[in-house]
Amino acid sequence: MPDESRHILSSFEADLSRLRDMIAAMGGLVETELADAVTALLSHDTALAARVVEVDARVDAEEHAIEQFAIRLLALRQPVANDLRQVVAALKVTTDLERVGDYAANVAKRTMVLNDGTTAYPLASLAQMSRLVQENLKSTMDAVGEADPAKALGVWRADQMIDDLYTTIFRELITYMMEDPRNISACTHLLFIAKNLERIGDHATNIAELTYYAATGETLPDTRPKGDLSAFYTRPVST
Amino acid sequence: MPDAVARLEPISYNTVAEPRIAIHSLDFYYGTNHALKSVSLDFPDRQTTAMIGPSGCGKSTLLRVLNRMYDLYPGQRAEGEVLLDGENIITPNTDINRLRRRVGMVFQKPTPFPKTIYENVAFGVRLHERLSRAAMDERVESSLVRAALWDEVKDKLSASALALSGGQQQRLCIARTIAVRPQVILLDEPTSALDPLSTLKIEELIAELKRDFTIVIVTHNMQQAARCADRVAFFYLGEVVEVADATQMFTAPRERRTQEYITGRFG
Repeated sequence: MPDESRHILSSFEADLSRLRDMIAAMGGLVETELADAVTALLSHDTALAARVVEVDARVDAEEHAIEQFAIRLLALRQPVANDLRQVVAALKVTTDLERVGDYAANVAKRTMVLNDGTTAYPLASLAQMSRLVQENLKSTMDAVGEADPAKALGVWRADQMIDDLYTTIFRELITYMMEDPRNISACTHLLFIAKNLERIGDHATNIAELTYYAATGETLPDTRPKGDLSAFYTRPVST
Repeated sequence: MPDAVARLEPISYNTVAEPRIAIHSLDFYYGTNHALKSVSLDFPDRQTTAMIGPSGCGKSTLLRVLNRMYDLYPGQRAEGEVLLDGENIITPNTDINRLRRRVGMVFQKPTPFPKTIYENVAFGVRLHERLSRAAMDERVESSLVRAALWDEVKDKLSASALALSGGQQQRLCIARTIAVRPQVILLDEPTSALDPLSTLKIEELIAELKRDFTIVIVTHNMQQAARCADRVAFFYLGEVVEVADATQMFTAPRERRTQEYITGRFG
């Protein structure tokens, strides 16, 4: 919060600022990881997919470092009010980011498997969905960096679109599988990839909620209107 | 986590509880110095209210109003209403002795009399009540038990109170205060001269005493306010900036000045 007056203990101010930097750096790393995973998927790039899997280990290490640093802050500084909310949110945001990294790595692993096969498969809807997810994650990390509750609220609401797209892709892939059972293997991987992307959207939503709480002290409602209807999907409606 | 914090109810805060003390538009002057400015604040019964704020913000002044300590000094005067059970205690016809029996006070530094431990507790009681020897023994014992000191002093009640440690002396002062059976206990930075473990013993004692008394504590130790208090009032320049339950105060204060003070960004 740049407009705030500074802490009397400058070392405390420095610690809080370092915590923000660590979160921003981890967020950047995860954004790149996701971007590479999506590029690898859409351009059938096995080598890039393999690099994504390697990068995920670095994300895990970042999470560990932030956790340790936040625990140290809690123990030594005993923060209250907005400082406390910031440290608690950082602890949780880092967990969400680590999960985002895991899902991106999983997309990359499935990409490698898909590239081994020969089946042609549709990617247009996935491309659209992954673009939305990336945009959402970026806006979320911007909101974190700027401690901007309005921006966080915007991301929180935008997840609806991703859920809608996921439902569409789910139906699309099932149709492919029914058309030709030889598509089942590839489409199952694509389904999981779509699910991974949808979960990344949910984690971005969590981060937005935490950012809103850290900035305002208020909590957003427990339930956001859910757009993912795949759980209710049984079979295509025949006409 | 955020949701869980929001759902945490303060343990004993009860908004419908009748306040033991209700202050309306209180102004206080040290000569021409306007030390409290139109302060309105309630102290609910059987709760601990902590007053925090930088030095000179008026919190100790308010404590001194609550038992009319300022009467001892010429040129100091209070205007407004301080209702103790509905009765304004800052009017000239208030019976000060009766008031100070109802509103006891414990100070920053332990203030034992240079007498025996027994006499320290019995002394105040004798001013207000005539008890038989047996009844007085009983009163002294029960007060020391309530002050969590009995086990440490029961074998040396006739020893000098000055031989006790600082933490024990402070608990003795609390025993002396509760021996006269007050309704309200005022604590003015009661642990600032004590080591951390003695401090925790006093805080544990405060939690225990809360069941029977209205407790008002002035403290410079923010963590102490967080640990002890049901409600916290933040004072600044003679005004009450914010009153909130302790959870609200230390996770999401409403006022910017409060936030800056409790996080250490003041001035």
